[in-house]
Amino acid sequence: MSVFAFYLFAISVIAGGLFTVISRNPVHSVLWLILSFLSAAGLFVLLGAEFVAMLLIIVYVGAVAVLFLFVVMMLDVDFAGLKAEMARYMPLALLIGLVILMQFVMAFGAWESNVAAADLRLQAIPLDRHNTEALGIILYDQYFLLFQLAGLILLVAMIGAIVLTLRHRKDVKRQDVTAQMMRDPAKAMELRDVKSGQGL
Amino acid sequence: MAEFFIVNPVGMGLLIVAQIFLLVIPLLVALAFLMYADRKIWAAVQMRRGPNVVGVFGLLQSFADFGKYIVKEVVVPAGADKGVFFMAPMVSLVMALIAWAVIPFNDGWVLSDINVAILYVFAISSLEVYGVIMGGWASNSKYPFLGSLRSAAQMISYEVSIGLIIIGVIISSGSMNFGNIVLSQKGDWGIFNWYWLPHFPMLFLFLISALAETNRPPFDLPEAESELVAGYQVEYSSTPFLLFMIGELVAVVLMCALISLMFFGGWLSPVPFLPDGIFWMILKMGFVFFIISMVKAITPRYRYDQLMRLGWKVFLPFSLIWVIFVAFAAKFEWFWGVYARWTVGS
Repeated sequence: MSVFAFYLFAISVIAGGLFTVISRNPVHSVLWLILSFLSAAGLFVLLGAEFVAMLLIIVYVGAVAVLFLFVVMMLDVDFAGLKAEMARYMPLALLIGLVILMQFVMAFGAWESNVAAADLRLQAIPLDRHNTEALGIILYDQYFLLFQLAGLILLVAMIGAIVLTLRHRKDVKRQDVTAQMMRDPAKAMELRDVKSGQGL
Repeated sequence: MAEFFIVNPVGMGLLIVAQIFLLVIPLLVALAFLMYADRKIWAAVQMRRGPNVVGVFGLLQSFADFGKYIVKEVVVPAGADKGVFFMAPMVSLVMALIAWAVIPFNDGWVLSDINVAILYVFAISSLEVYGVIMGGWASNSKYPFLGSLRSAAQMISYEVSIGLIIIGVIISSGSMNFGNIVLSQKGDWGIFNWYWLPHFPMLFLFLISALAETNRPPFDLPEAESELVAGYQVEYSSTPFLLFMIGELVAVVLMCALISLMFFGGWLSPVPFLPDGIFWMILKMGFVFFIISMVKAITPRYRYDQLMRLGWKVFLPFSLIWVIFVAFAAKFEWFWGVYARWTVGS
């Protein structure tokens, strides 16, 4: 049963990734990417890492992919032109792909061949502590300072993005919420008797 | 015979399918009557009669509507992206339905008893926005697109405060499983043991956020008839439109279930001398649904900028501060430890 589920999710991850690249319509690309994310979450569930799977869905599918979709829908980018230029960048793309592949091979090879790693793999998974708790202890206890540091970097990046895009222009009318709330009908409206045929 | 359903993979599959039907069919039938109840309550507030023609007291009105929807012609706009156009209502309905897999109705009466149940519901409800975006985009028309953008922005904004409120409840109960969340509200004082009392301000914030998240009035801006015709649903007709409507209502009922599980103690009895049971759960869901229908009847629609301001500048800071407060109260057991009722670990 779980082997069947694994192949189902694995095939849909790869198919999603493939169609993300070859789709003509950019919105379809993003939708295929979402399928890929969801299937990856399924693979995490099969590994018993349900917390990571849920985070993947909440963060990537629920937030990041929605932003992608917004940007792709709103911006009128000439994707056909970009596709035509793809051939020029093909060697560079292949190089980057190769480097990433080599990194995966090296990381996985080290994990497979290392003696210490082999010992780790033989360790039984403790049944009394599920992975949400284990992850919490690692992040908020053992690596607390590094975790805080990562959060700080994200905060700085966020403030930077806000500072870069925030512009105060004098000639734009801005909404003043307090002024809106303080308005009362007596000041906002004026009743006048208009005689017929005269106007104001 | 019993072995077939426990050992054999085919039997296990059949058992799961049977359980799913046992959950979904009563849910959908109940939905028909909830839709009727919603309209009746709305009508009563406005001193109208409401649906009263089909069946006794109009009880069969929803079924008549159902029949009418499915026999109408499906109209597809010429420039529509057909695949995405038909996928959008399906996504909307499926996402609303699969969240029910982890909702318990009684002690142990749950389809899938997983550790991260509350995160699962949150993840699924964050996917519901795709039905709206896809529907608006695939219609290839300005009104649905604008409507879907507004709606998506609204749903994302209120998800943030819903997430923070959920974190407060998780800290208090020390578990993300609904069964444990309900059991941690069990105590000698019945109704006063439930989380609505210690988490009182959050109950209102959650109710309001749930209204915004499910696009219910007074936050039904995506379908604001007076400005946007009907938002992302403009180009939909017949069964696809019906799927959108059912999906929306299932999401509303799901929010009722969430509120009764997280704040009103699920299937627990409000007084110590009465037994716990599924009828309490259903009664509480019905009560929350009644409140939501009343809100629809008695409040005027919000303006879009007011909605956004409320979400980001009022709810978000307030729920963030509340999370910090609950964290301290749980850690140092302030207020006789009402914020730290951990059922698992310690």
